[in-house]
Amino acid sequence: MSEELICITCPLGCHLSVDRLGDGNLAVTGNRCPRGVKYANEELLSPKRVVSATAAIVAPGSRAGTLIGGPPGGAPAHGLGDVARLPVRSTAAFPKQDVPELLAAIYALRVEPPVKRGDVLIRDFKGSGVDVIATRTL
Amino acid sequence: MKELNYDSVVIGGGAAGMAAALELDAAGFSCAILEREESLGGILTQCIHNGFGLIEFNEELSGPEFAEKIEERLAGTGIKPFTGVTVMEMDASGEHKTLYCYSGTHGVLRVTSRVVVLAMGCRERNRGNIRIPGDRPAGVYTAGLAQRLVNIEGFVPGKDVVIIGSGDIGLIMARRMSWVGCKVHAVVEILPYPSGLTRNIVQCLHDFGIPLYLSHLTTNIIGKDRVEGVEITPIENGAMQHEKAFTIPCDTVLLSVGLVPENELSKMAGVELNAMTNGPAVDSMLMTNVPGVFACGNVLHVHDLVDYVVEEARRAGAHAARWLKGERPKAEARVKAGPNVRYSAPGRVDLGAVNKLYMRTLIVKNDATLEVKVNNRVVKSVKKNHIQPSEMIALELGPKDLETALGAPEPVVEISIT
Ligand SMILES: Cc1cc2nc3c(=O)[nH]c(=O)nc-3n(C[C@H](O)[C@H](O)[C@H](O)COP(=O)(O)OP(=O)(O)OC[C@H]3O[C@@H](n4cnc5c(N)ncnc54)[C@H](O)[C@@H]3O)c2cc1C
Repeated sequence: MSEELICITCPLGCHLSVDRLGDGNLAVTGNRCPRGVKYANEELLSPKRVVSATAAIVAPGSRAGTLIGGPPGGAPAHGLGDVARLPVRSTAAFPKQDVPELLAAIYALRVEPPVKRGDVLIRDFKGSGVDVIATRTL
Repeated sequence: MKELNYDSVVIGGGAAGMAAALELDAAGFSCAILEREESLGGILTQCIHNGFGLIEFNEELSGPEFAEKIEERLAGTGIKPFTGVTVMEMDASGEHKTLYCYSGTHGVLRVTSRVVVLAMGCRERNRGNIRIPGDRPAGVYTAGLAQRLVNIEGFVPGKDVVIIGSGDIGLIMARRMSWVGCKVHAVVEILPYPSGLTRNIVQCLHDFGIPLYLSHLTTNIIGKDRVEGVEITPIENGAMQHEKAFTIPCDTVLLSVGLVPENELSKMAGVELNAMTNGPAVDSMLMTNVPGVFACGNVLHVHDLVDYVVEEARRAGAHAARWLKGERPKAEARVKAGPNVRYSAPGRVDLGAVNKLYMRTLIVKNDATLEVKVNNRVVKSVKKNHIQPSEMIALELGPKDLETALGAPEPVVEISIT
């Protein structure tokens, strides 16, 4: 049975039909250009996503790690206006099935300002070669 | 009352405001940015997902990164950014415009300038704008407000979510809410096609198995104190199928039903609005009907890409600087939105210059043709692989394209899509 996919490489959005062949390769139809084949292979054999989320900020100097914002649901921060969370992202696309694990690692972070955009918060997560960086200077 | 005077003042310190200010400064004019929030960057600071900056920086950035990279360009310039300053009133009747502002630290400020650039961004349409019947319980948010609560304030507004409208902000929030542990039960769209990008449909809905109900109307929001569910009614052949209506239980509803330019100040200053963009009507210099008042970014028309916002704002800033030096367009033609074109911004072109136009179509189509006519004669035809209402179309028209308009009594440039 074919699997149906929409190619998102460009705005055309070709509807792809993909059959898994006996040799492990994929037969792709419905694509208007070769990028459709590449997309189907990536998406079905090793799908990846860039992950963006936020990390908790702890009050500067607090050894106990007092949460300013706390986990989602916490109160707004003090000293940083309403800013209670530090935005972060993965530096590259990351295997889709492991995204929940990466998110859990991000939510476990307690970041103490000052922090600069681009600061590495998690290096080479589980040997994936993907880092998690701060995307805002606080 | 504190008094300040500059050659130019930009209202709003988002991507548009900063980009416009940089041009005015580069041309040698003093410039202040007045921003209501405590930091610059505007809406970008809450858009933590990736996908910004491919055109401007040639890399995929998140919103906060894009904003900071633009903000860094202010360093070393003469631009004076004021944050925590809200412009309350604008009097643009004389040669010197006067802005009355309020600030927690400075109190009331009176700022005068020869040029004002409007860059106040847009606001979200809310429940009142789309008239969903039903109770008025807590738990109904606009998607952008929820985005701010979750991404900046660290407050997750519910657990079981239904999103009304398939705009990109709603789709992005479907993924975000899923990633913070909520269950998103559905996205409900009245139109037969989604209004957001396919990329977002795939990565924000399909990835999480979130159903998208197209051609479905939200007919009731149920709940006494807190939302308990939404009633959804299918539309078939233009008619509501009441007997097929069903209810999805949820405690939170997010509305992603469109954006409208922020017009309060513009109206106060006598700026004429364009009925199609809902923002100010502007000429080829991006100047409104009020001399010396310019507009750019989401306050002018709602953009989907911040890269385009910055490009447009740069033009507005450069035009404002030229205007301060006394330059004016030699001859203009009116731009008319022809078949399948919703609007073009700006609504006038300079016959002696290269004009950049942004427009939106009314249709979804592959292999479309965009045609430009001057006084009913085709002067330019451009092939488009794919067009859809949610993706802005850019077009350049230069003096060569427009030469037949020169000397015509009331030249009209009509743009159509087939
Ligand atoms: C909720 C939301 C989510 C979005 N998500 C995306 C996305 O994912 N990707 C994308 O490319 N684009 C996105 N956009 C589009 C985005 O708005 C543009 O890309 C761009 O950032 C808009 O820039 P701007 O400067 O025109 O407006 P804004 O960034 O909105 O800036 C306007 C600024 O003006 C200030 N202001 C308003 N009124 C006053 C006043 N009276 N006095 C002083 N200051 C004032 C505001 O505080 C604000 O900082 C989103 C838009 C919204 C509304």
